[in-house]
Amino acid sequence: MPFHQTTLPNGLQVIAELNDRAHSVAAGFFVKAGSRDESSEVAGVSHFLEHMTFKGTDRRNALAVNRDFDRVGAKHNAQTSEEDTFYHVTCLPEYLPTSFDVLSDILRPSLRDEDFETEKQVIVEEIRMYLDNPMSVAYEAAKTAHYGGHPLGNSILGTVESITAMTAPQMREYFDRRYSPANIVLAFAGKGVWQPLVELAEKHCGAWKGGPAPRQAVPAHGSRAFRAILRAEDQQQTVVGVADGPPLESADRYAAHLLATILGDHTGSRLYWALIDPGHADGAELSYQDYNQSGAFFTFLSCEPDSTRENLERVADVYRGLMSEGPTEEELVQAKNKVLARSVLRSERPMGRLASLGFHWMYHRAYISVEQELEAFGRVTSDDIRRLLADWPLWPMTIVSVGPTTEIHPPA
Amino acid sequence: MTEAHSPPTTIQQHVFPNGLVLLAEAMPGVQSAAFTMLMPAGAAYEAADGLDLPGGAATMTAEWITRGAGDRDSRELLTALDNLGVSHAESAQTLHTSIAAATLGRNLEPALELFADMVLRPHLDEEEVEPIRALCAQNLRSLEDDPGSKVIYELRRRHFPDPWGRPSPGSPEGVASLAPADLQRFWEASYRPNGAILGVAGAIDWPRLRDAVGRLFGEWSPRPEPRIQERPVGPARDHILRETQQIQIALARPAATVDSPDYYAARAAVAILGGYSSARLFTEVREKRGLCYSVYASYEGHRERGALLCYAGTSADRAQQTLDVMLAEIDRLGRDGVDLEELQTMRAGLKSSLIMAQESSMSRSGALASDWYFLGRVRSLDEIAEALDALTPEEVSRYAASLTGPEGLTIVTLGPNALRTSSA
Repeated sequence: MPFHQTTLPNGLQVIAELNDRAHSVAAGFFVKAGSRDESSEVAGVSHFLEHMTFKGTDRRNALAVNRDFDRVGAKHNAQTSEEDTFYHVTCLPEYLPTSFDVLSDILRPSLRDEDFETEKQVIVEEIRMYLDNPMSVAYEAAKTAHYGGHPLGNSILGTVESITAMTAPQMREYFDRRYSPANIVLAFAGKGVWQPLVELAEKHCGAWKGGPAPRQAVPAHGSRAFRAILRAEDQQQTVVGVADGPPLESADRYAAHLLATILGDHTGSRLYWALIDPGHADGAELSYQDYNQSGAFFTFLSCEPDSTRENLERVADVYRGLMSEGPTEEELVQAKNKVLARSVLRSERPMGRLASLGFHWMYHRAYISVEQELEAFGRVTSDDIRRLLADWPLWPMTIVSVGPTTEIHPPA
Repeated sequence: MTEAHSPPTTIQQHVFPNGLVLLAEAMPGVQSAAFTMLMPAGAAYEAADGLDLPGGAATMTAEWITRGAGDRDSRELLTALDNLGVSHAESAQTLHTSIAAATLGRNLEPALELFADMVLRPHLDEEEVEPIRALCAQNLRSLEDDPGSKVIYELRRRHFPDPWGRPSPGSPEGVASLAPADLQRFWEASYRPNGAILGVAGAIDWPRLRDAVGRLFGEWSPRPEPRIQERPVGPARDHILRETQQIQIALARPAATVDSPDYYAARAAVAILGGYSSARLFTEVREKRGLCYSVYASYEGHRERGALLCYAGTSADRAQQTLDVMLAEIDRLGRDGVDLEELQTMRAGLKSSLIMAQESSMSRSGALASDWYFLGRVRSLDEIAEALDALTPEEVSRYAASLTGPEGLTIVTLGPNALRTSSA
């Protein structure tokens, strides 16, 4: 699949991975603006701003934004993380000019006062929806406990208080700082021709202005904290664990993904056999999350409140076991096979390629094909994983428990 | 029934003597292959005459078959699937137990061998039942902690005649009481080739696939069709008390079946009501009034019935207004109908979804199996596109009028307080 890249005079990076056999094309703006870039006065502004972009521009109100996407059958959405805001659309190739007209338009939103107040209520409802979800509550609390004052511990959604107190001028100021073209990557994946894509980018984004938007990405070192939060009305106990891992800049991220697959994939992993198969828990997984200059292994556990302590012991045994013995060759091969097949399946859809393409360019300024990525996974040895565990021990870790019991103590 | 409609050239079909239906679509340009097997072993069949099992048998059995089959024990079986890079899910829904799997095309045949073991030769080791019981009991507790999912299960349970609204996760009492012999009986009665559909899509070689499926599933012996007696349930209005932040609102009303001449008009009406971001519910409830984060309408089809489902979740102080606006929008759709622009938007969305599904072997394999279940044949994409093109605003408006009024309407709410459901 051919790859192309260019930089517009205003600093906007444009990349494309073209695939003639695809039926659709996906386009995405990757803005380096997330909760870690927020001060506490504007907690949640990145995510709120993501919502506000869909509320309209000088050319379109909110209804027109939705209508103009839907009229050509374009599937659009956006998501905000600790580090980035990602806007994307997938459509049939003949409708890309129309879809891209809307997608690029909303990246220069009006941020009208009236829309701001209406959308505030929607954000508050989204926050309340997550407050009814024990895993979300535990996840947010675990990040806060682990990272303490480091910006990676900031809440993506903010709080009802921070959102209610926020003003439109504060959001406009944040927008002006973070949404400058030099801070954005535009990526295309799927069926298309490079030169017309560049022309499309120039036509719609060439006039965007703004200077550099530096981020001080200070490496985070977690605290290995413990916290038990009472939610008397829950039936199950929900636990989230956090341990530091390699940052996204590190070549160890491939080993880290394989380690998480071996230990905590939803099926056939060590946690699966130790907790799920015997019926001790209904959820036990480990995943690796890479961040700019930081990384983390997240453990997720759901079980009966009375058995939380025993289950945490089981998790500790699994982690300590791998830390002292390393993985077997068989389980490493098994993990590689899983990763390979999942990569191939995902990459068959343009939307499945878009995110990894754009984020990789944003943080590495490099292109990596599916084949190259699979080769990198293939090269990981069991010694690499042993070394990784020596550098980034999984145990002890930060533990936050949420549910009907607080009678929980972290295993030694 | 199948002879009258010859399938399009890229879609192949074969009915084996034991009743198993194989459907396959070769997709140019993909390396993967996926399959979806639907067996008439959903939670509804727990209630079949002669079985009369409590809720949970279908889900527990679907878990049991994965714990050792053929000459492999539980661990060897999952390891073999992992080594073939198979992403898979075995699960019971209300109508079917389904096995859905995807892998590289070259690994399809060895993967099918493993699944044939699971379906035909599971060990059904009694020692596995207690761990499965513990796991399923915990899944039910987690469902109680998930108000958005819980309210939809409770809506379906009250709206569809029993057992067609049975929640597949079962009930705490059922999961606690089911004995290994009960699950064994469920497996024997329900895991049968007559009524089973295997849809395969992706990088496949049809003659080879047909021979392999014949070899692997040919000896599967048919069982009698179970008899199921329906009974009405309800109540049509209900509130479930929970000290949650938000009130969950779910409503359902009857809609055309998949094989009905009104099917496309019904799908169009549901989509225009709440199928995308410029649809009416999202526009009126969220964009104009800021009443909630999540609101939508969707269509659910069974063979003998279809339904319009609507959902929203919002704070107690906004919930009454949210429900009122939802009901008013259903009324407005029926009273004033739809216009041409809305119809064209709906068409563009459904058509591009159809074309984009051609990029996903998983999604196509599911569509093949489900078409056969509903229609006894597979629709080509052209046929669907033509039916959508033929729709007129008048036809959709006429159909939408049948979606209004209190008759057949079920409303379930979950949260700290009940809502007025009588007037819109």
